[in-house]
Amino acid sequence: MYVSQFAVLAAVLFAMGVYGILVRRNGILVLMSVELILNSVNINLVAFGALRDSIAGEVFALFVITVAAAEVGVGLAIVLLIYRNRRSVDLSEMDLMKG
Amino acid sequence: MGWTTSAAAATQTTASVLAAETSEAAEEVLAASGWFLENAWLIPAFPALSFLLILFFGKRFPKRGSEIGILAVGASLVFALAAAIQWISEVNRADDKNAALDAVSTTWTWWQNGGINFTFGTLVDGLAVTLLVVVTIVSLLVHIYSTDYLADDRRYTHFFAFLSFFTASMLFFVLSENTLQMIVGWELVGVCSFVLIGHWWEEKPNSSAALKAMLTNRVGDIGLLVGVSVLFFAAGETFSVLELNERAISGNIEHLPLLVGACALTAAVLSKSGQFFLHTWLPDAMAGPTPVSALIHAATMVVAGVYLIARLYGVFFEGFAIAGSSVNLLAVIGGITTLVGASLAFVQRDIKRVLAYSTISQLGYMVLALGVGAWTAAVFHLFTHAFFKACLFLGSGSVSHAVHSFDMKSDMGGLRKYMPHTYRTFMIASLALAGLPPLAGFWSKDEILAGTGGWGLVGGTGGNGAYTVMLVMGLITAALTAAYMTRCVYLTFFGQYRGHGQPHESGPRIVVPLWILAVLAVGAGWLNLPPGFQLVPENWTERFGHFVEPNEALSYFPKIAHADPSWTLAILSAVVALAGIALAGRYYFGKVAAVSPSATELSDGMVARSSLAAAGHNLLVNKYYLDHLYSGVIAGGVKGPIARAAYKFNQDGIDKVVNEVGERAVQAGHFAYDVIDQKVVDGMVNSSGVAPQLAGEEIRRMQTGKVQTYAGIVFIAAALLALGFIVFL
Amino acid sequence: MKAFLDDWGLTILTFLPMAGALVVMTIPKINEGLIKAVTLLATLATAAMAALLLGWFSLDEAGSLQYVVDHSWIDVINSRYIMGLDGISLPLVLLTVLVVPLCVIYSFKHLPEPRNPKAFLSLLLILETGMVGTFVAQDLILFFVFFEVVLLPMYFMIGVWGGENRRYAAIKFFLYTLFGSALMLISFLALFFLADGTLAGLQEVNTFDMRALSEGATTAIARTSQLWIFAGMFLGFGVKVPIFPFHTWLPDAHTEAPTVGSVILAAVLLKLGTYGFVRIALPMLPEAAAAWAPVIGLLAVIGIIYGALGCLAQRDMKRLIAFSSVAHMGFVMLGIATMTDFGINAAVFGMVAHGLITGMLFFLAGSVKERYHTLDMSRLGGLLAQAPKMGWMLGFCAMASLGLPGLAGFWGEFPAILASYNPAGILSEVVFRSYMVVAAVGTVLAAGYLLWMLQKAAFGTPREEFANSPDIKDVTKWEYMAWAPMLVLIVALGFYPRLIHEASDPAVGESLVVNVGDEVYGCLEDEDGIDCFEDLRASSAARSQNS
Repeated sequence: MYVSQFAVLAAVLFAMGVYGILVRRNGILVLMSVELILNSVNINLVAFGALRDSIAGEVFALFVITVAAAEVGVGLAIVLLIYRNRRSVDLSEMDLMKG
Repeated sequence: MGWTTSAAAATQTTASVLAAETSEAAEEVLAASGWFLENAWLIPAFPALSFLLILFFGKRFPKRGSEIGILAVGASLVFALAAAIQWISEVNRADDKNAALDAVSTTWTWWQNGGINFTFGTLVDGLAVTLLVVVTIVSLLVHIYSTDYLADDRRYTHFFAFLSFFTASMLFFVLSENTLQMIVGWELVGVCSFVLIGHWWEEKPNSSAALKAMLTNRVGDIGLLVGVSVLFFAAGETFSVLELNERAISGNIEHLPLLVGACALTAAVLSKSGQFFLHTWLPDAMAGPTPVSALIHAATMVVAGVYLIARLYGVFFEGFAIAGSSVNLLAVIGGITTLVGASLAFVQRDIKRVLAYSTISQLGYMVLALGVGAWTAAVFHLFTHAFFKACLFLGSGSVSHAVHSFDMKSDMGGLRKYMPHTYRTFMIASLALAGLPPLAGFWSKDEILAGTGGWGLVGGTGGNGAYTVMLVMGLITAALTAAYMTRCVYLTFFGQYRGHGQPHESGPRIVVPLWILAVLAVGAGWLNLPPGFQLVPENWTERFGHFVEPNEALSYFPKIAHADPSWTLAILSAVVALAGIALAGRYYFGKVAAVSPSATELSDGMVARSSLAAAGHNLLVNKYYLDHLYSGVIAGGVKGPIARAAYKFNQDGIDKVVNEVGERAVQAGHFAYDVIDQKVVDGMVNSSGVAPQLAGEEIRRMQTGKVQTYAGIVFIAAALLALGFIVFL
Repeated sequence: MKAFLDDWGLTILTFLPMAGALVVMTIPKINEGLIKAVTLLATLATAAMAALLLGWFSLDEAGSLQYVVDHSWIDVINSRYIMGLDGISLPLVLLTVLVVPLCVIYSFKHLPEPRNPKAFLSLLLILETGMVGTFVAQDLILFFVFFEVVLLPMYFMIGVWGGENRRYAAIKFFLYTLFGSALMLISFLALFFLADGTLAGLQEVNTFDMRALSEGATTAIARTSQLWIFAGMFLGFGVKVPIFPFHTWLPDAHTEAPTVGSVILAAVLLKLGTYGFVRIALPMLPEAAAAWAPVIGLLAVIGIIYGALGCLAQRDMKRLIAFSSVAHMGFVMLGIATMTDFGINAAVFGMVAHGLITGMLFFLAGSVKERYHTLDMSRLGGLLAQAPKMGWMLGFCAMASLGLPGLAGFWGEFPAILASYNPAGILSEVVFRSYMVVAAVGTVLAAGYLLWMLQKAAFGTPREEFANSPDIKDVTKWEYMAWAPMLVLIVALGFYPRLIHEASDPAVGESLVVNVGDEVYGCLEDEDGIDCFEDLRASSAARSQNS
């Protein structure tokens, strides 16, 4: 079994996710990019778990999926509220924390 | 509360500095006992209580509080007299056993520090009893006098409250058992003086005079604080008056700290007792009501300094080596003060200021007497002076009550006809002050002059050392005193009335105290007739000295030598005083009165003398202008340039320095505050905040508020960390 | 009862106000009356608790800690929950629990803008917990916590309820003190690591126990380290006192603070610094203290003169009083710098006296401001004519403040002067005697500025602009209630100073003479103290290794 294939896949997904987070201005797309990153991690977890013949990897992956679901839930709710208030989900406009 | 009565340690030191009169040396020391002596604390307690009563409830009483004050001081007087009688009988009892009578000291624990318990209490002996009697008598008379004098005053009740408080403080001071307690009393009387000088505080000059008095006294108080501290440690951690004296006399205190302590305390005396060169507050203090001047600034408070020296005489006697020298700090200060005060009294037109300078001069006498070792003479002069000077002040108050002014030149004159009682009492007191026999002032002043022991040729052999210079100063002052009182009496009571309205004699509440004081001004001197005085039985002479001066067997009193009475000197001093009166009388009653009954100065003749003195005095031709020029600076030229120069020095020299020092202090304050504090110190503090601020300005640019920038930073940081781990681990 | 007090007395005393604050916070804002009542009740209960503690306090053993509680707290760093009360803490605790209820009473009718009694009074209560806690804590970390608890409420009090320039003043106050406490904390940590608890009979080597640290645990520390540790504490406590030249926060904070804030600041907060010297710096590091004492004494006398000069330059009455604090605390520090029980005892008395007198002066200044809407002395005048009772109170307090014998101020001032004539043997007599004379000159200046203030504000006739002002009335009922106890105490302590000495004198003696041990005390009284301490350190170090 070639772990490297999974690792490369995960790395590509991760890079796409990072790119999405940093560049996309649409809040929903950023959330989706976060999902991509989390799933790339999941792939790694499962792959290395299988390699080392341990169940821990799958358990962690399941755990991450649960957390990711919750995260998306909260995230989407925030985005929805932002949309309600501002009629836009453009992240570049949201700089209330500017120092 | 438990209390203990103990006699001072009765260690009899045999080493006598000078040959003492052996006939009086007592065999043993007897502890005095007596209810009034042991419970002397009641004497100040009455007026203290009355102060509180008047302060809080005075206005509700029918006489607005004055009756409480009179009652309380009356009670104090009774107790003081009882104590005096008991003391006298105790002295007699001791005499019978050929013993010395020890002071009665009653103490309580007051505070503790450094594991030492400090006490407070009362110390009663002849000296204290004398002062108790003087203070209570004068205070009672002043209380009665004030009920009329201040009858319409806006703060009548308040005035009586503080009169009571002053009496309590002064009595507390007199009864002090230790030096710390003396500080307390000393400052309390100072505050009363501050409050009462500023009684009419609506007017700025009054409050300024009050401030000046308080501040000048605080300057002297530096000396008091330092002196008491030095003596406390030098004597082995004690404040007790008796122990300090004992240890000073027995040589247990090194001479240097003793000298430093005595000098420091002298500084305190300078301010409190109006000695040269801290005397300038006393004339200004006349801004207060006249009864206050009589009580505080003539009879009692100002003698606190004299009392301090008399009380701690062991310290001063040994510290200044009075026995062995012919000149020392105390004697010099006293001598200068007595001359300065007397010469300044000439140029005043305000009657109270004449008396104020006269008080300074007489206080100088007392300090001089203590400086030359004539302890009894000083205390006796304190005693007689209190009566005749209080009489003079109250008399001047009575006059001003009638003419609504204190200005002798513009508002008085010829009052003899309108105010017979005031005139007679004032005359008696003036003659007593001038020192004419057989009035009180003559006897006490003569004792002082004899005590100087100067010049064997006039018969005085003081024995403490020959203070010839002091004798000369004292004689000159005697002449000056007689002369300026003649001027004062002429301007006030003779000639023609120059004021407005019709003056009338004051009421009985003013006149009766005047007469009582006048009688005392005559008779007080007879209490201490010199030994060998042929006209009375031998055991009537020197009564005062016998009962007041601590017996030389007592370890807390130095072995002072006593002057022999001298007929020559007595006659000389009387002649000198008469000469003063004659000279001034010839000028006023003769020449001035000849010009016009309402004239106050001789306008011709002055030009000639003044042009001798200075070219700038041509203006003197204009008498009116001269009067307005006040200061008496130029008018003083009539009586000679000495008085003028002295006063100029006083006003422009010393006083200016005082003012300058004050102004400079404020300026220094401004400098310290504006430049150092606000710019330098605070500037550093503020600039220490600048650096973080600049850094913050830069760093805040990173805070864009955009989530993605933050995420980018996080990723970059994570990547760098990962790289770091890979490379280094 | 005694057993209960032994176990719980100090804890209840300290945390009762805090509990009161919690209760206040649950009351709706609208219900002002209830808020005020609860606050007053909490402070009065605290005062009652203190009275109970005083009642069972054994004056015969005032020198040793009483009501001691000792529980484990933060085991990791050997920090324990230790509290105790002795004759030094007692007067200061009593002062605190007296002043706070008076402030509450005063606030009933004089709440500064923007009002909000709920927040104001809860801050006051939290402040009280901090202050009382500082005075009873016997563990350095606990002490530090309470010391810092005080800071924040005061910051808000100045920053929210202060005058025009309040933000600047509040931040200055906060940063200044925080800077000091940071260095102080470092010093505490250094003590923790360097001191040896076994020398004082403890099990642990590293300890924050103040009792152990002042009873010889520090003797083995090298001289240089001691000097640095002391320097840190000096800055920490010195800023709080404040000692010249760290005083510049004080006039600003006082001027801007609301009246009650100024009163508490003057009456209690400044004492935290001097208390720190007496309780921590001196007994724990006597050797370093002796080395630093001439410097402290010098700064103290500079402060006396400098504060007085500062006063003379002021136009604002409140600022003048603030500057006078610098001068008065100079006397307290001078007493401490002498390193004798005499001087320190004077300092303890000076702390209480200054708290009462200057607190009272600030009360008066606040009330004057309320009536005249200004404290500019060139515009004031005639207070005695318009509000005679208040004018007399001002005069009375000015007299007390200038050190009039018979009133409390004297007993802090004169004994300090007296003590500096004869400092501890290790110190130079010449130097301290010079300080004595300078300090005595300071008393004249004190009379100068206070009487000047009195003349400006109270004497004379009122100016036209205020002549018919309806705001100007004499002392009100609430003001009487808040002030009377302080005025009475000023007189009582002045006439019978033993009220404090009886407790403080043995305690000072104990902490300076007995607890530090005969050897240390001997070294302090020894003219060659440096060598003496060196020998002592050698023997301590030997013992330390043996154990």
